[in-house]
Amino acid sequence: MTDRDRDPDGVGLGGIDAAEGISDEPVTQWDLFFTRLRRHRLAMLSAAFLLFMVLLSFVVAPLVTCEKNVDPCDKVFYHPETQRRDATGRLLVNIGPRDGIVLGTDEVAHDVLSRVVHGGRASLLVGLVTGFIVALFGTVVGSIAGFYPGPVDQALMRFTDLVLGLPLLPVAIVVGRVIQDLPFLPPWMRGGPWGIAFLFGFLLWGTLARIVRAEFLSLREKEFVEAARASGASDRRIVFRHILPNAMSPIIVQTTLIVGTAVILEAALSFLGFGVPPPTPTWGGMAQSGAGIAARGFWWELVGAGLALVLTVLSVNFIGDGLRDALDPTQTIERK
Amino acid sequence: MADHLLEVDDLRTYFSTEEGVVRAVDGVSFTLDPHERRGVVGESGSGKSVTAMSIMGLIEPPAGNIVTGEIRYRGRNLLALSEDEMQQIRGGQIAMIFQDPMTSLNPVYTIGDQLVETIMLHQHVRKGEAREIAAQSLADVQIPKAGQRLDDFPHQFSGGMRQRVMIAMGLSCNPDLLIADEPTTALDVTTQAQIMDLMLKLADDRGTAVMLITHDLGVVAGFCDTIQVMYAGSIVERGNANDLFHDPQHPYTWGLLGSMTRLDETDKHRLNSVRGAPPSLIDLPRGCRFSPRCDFATDLCRQQLPLLRPIPGTVQEAACHYSEELDLKSIAVGAAG
Repeated sequence: MTDRDRDPDGVGLGGIDAAEGISDEPVTQWDLFFTRLRRHRLAMLSAAFLLFMVLLSFVVAPLVTCEKNVDPCDKVFYHPETQRRDATGRLLVNIGPRDGIVLGTDEVAHDVLSRVVHGGRASLLVGLVTGFIVALFGTVVGSIAGFYPGPVDQALMRFTDLVLGLPLLPVAIVVGRVIQDLPFLPPWMRGGPWGIAFLFGFLLWGTLARIVRAEFLSLREKEFVEAARASGASDRRIVFRHILPNAMSPIIVQTTLIVGTAVILEAALSFLGFGVPPPTPTWGGMAQSGAGIAARGFWWELVGAGLALVLTVLSVNFIGDGLRDALDPTQTIERK
Repeated sequence: MADHLLEVDDLRTYFSTEEGVVRAVDGVSFTLDPHERRGVVGESGSGKSVTAMSIMGLIEPPAGNIVTGEIRYRGRNLLALSEDEMQQIRGGQIAMIFQDPMTSLNPVYTIGDQLVETIMLHQHVRKGEAREIAAQSLADVQIPKAGQRLDDFPHQFSGGMRQRVMIAMGLSCNPDLLIADEPTTALDVTTQAQIMDLMLKLADDRGTAVMLITHDLGVVAGFCDTIQVMYAGSIVERGNANDLFHDPQHPYTWGLLGSMTRLDETDKHRLNSVRGAPPSLIDLPRGCRFSPRCDFATDLCRQQLPLLRPIPGTVQEAACHYSEELDLKSIAVGAAG
């Protein structure tokens, strides 16, 4: 039975008519949340696209890619570092889209389609891991600052101001260089997508911390928090059950914005030549080399990487939109 | 009576602000018996709510502090309890209902979740049982289809319905004392009466004592056994409702009564107000705190703070030097001064 069968006009509260049969399972807020989210078409479409990109670059691509320098390739994708050659062994440099080379080749004869697909791994990893770190760190710092006014709040917020005051790209470039030589860091954190994600994470949590603190400051004075206290709720219960859930929508929206920002920042860093070092493909790196040759009419690398980048960031932002609407219980359910 | 439910002894709750120390409650003592219905009356800023918050242990340092005093509930000093012990008392033995039902419920949970949460905090029951208790308490406050409405969110209820939910929540754990802080102020007049009737009937059924905080004398008149009138952080008069209404012993009570709209009076006259404004709690007047606004104040009033004392010939206590001399019930408000 589809959703439509149960709810023909699409205006009912999803499964809420289940309450007519008294003993039925109660409709939880999660049911309502998912019902609302499902109704948000753009968000669902975006989620599908993002899921597709994640699956494609993390799961599918490694499975259907040839080993390096295997040419001709019997799988779907050439290895992103394989240089394509024609039958006579000449490098196919800056070849436009054609049969067998869907998105053409770049300046050094790499297959652009393969690089777009594999490049998603670095970009998405940076975006998602940064988002996770920011959500965790920003929420914790903001919550503590907002819930314990006075010296704790002051200390945390001045620290936040300090982090927010750092010029992002220069610091990322310098620190990104410095951490490459730090012996106490595990090698995977010294550079590459993980290193960049952690770096961005620790540079970008400030805004979220401020937002969360502001939410806490306003929510802790609300009557329902007072009422919860008056009915015997502990501090922990008040924070986790009464304040945090009410602050969820700004947290989620800000986090999705950060995911988008981090993907773009990684691209910017790669564009400037300080990102994930070549020949590992990243969208930003490709946009950079693509921009250099686009003026000469070789547009495919720039367009391929740029489209992947823009669509990914857009869909992340739409998902944030949908989540925010779905998390607001006062929002009436309607199709969008 | 030996077994008071609640004894408040010389309670002083101060708030420190940048302008100075606000003495919101300054030397309040009273007792409350089981099953008693006490009305606490006074203007805004007279310390009614802060007294209630102090009893509940909801005064938050560093801004607010209970500087002296004892609050004994069944003989235990609440101020000496740990936070954990206090959490058991709150909601379990002393429940509180707040003024604005529109904001007293958490918007992100269904009211069922919120009722169940409170019940499970204080009663050792499983979730299913807690849900049944929740449904029953909603039915008790006359919410139709209580079982189904458990799954509704607060915004799906009207103001009056929400206040019913708050009452259900307050009474769900069968507390000994229900503190209602202006429970009907945010509701319209017809709903007010229903809610008050309902709340007091339920409290009666359960043997719950009620401390009703309000600035609406009409509400207290109809519902309370005893009344204490507060002014500028202290009690200026107390007694049982009937006597206090008919024979006020403190000029402030008299002024308040005179400023009520009364439907039983036929002659048209201007509605009176107690002139002036309540004093700043940071810089209280010398002597009687009401003296700057009192029609009968003398130099004695302006020099010496009168203490709450039994007034001979009446059953009330009042904090006025001239209670014996003044026959307030025979003076029309507005005629003097």
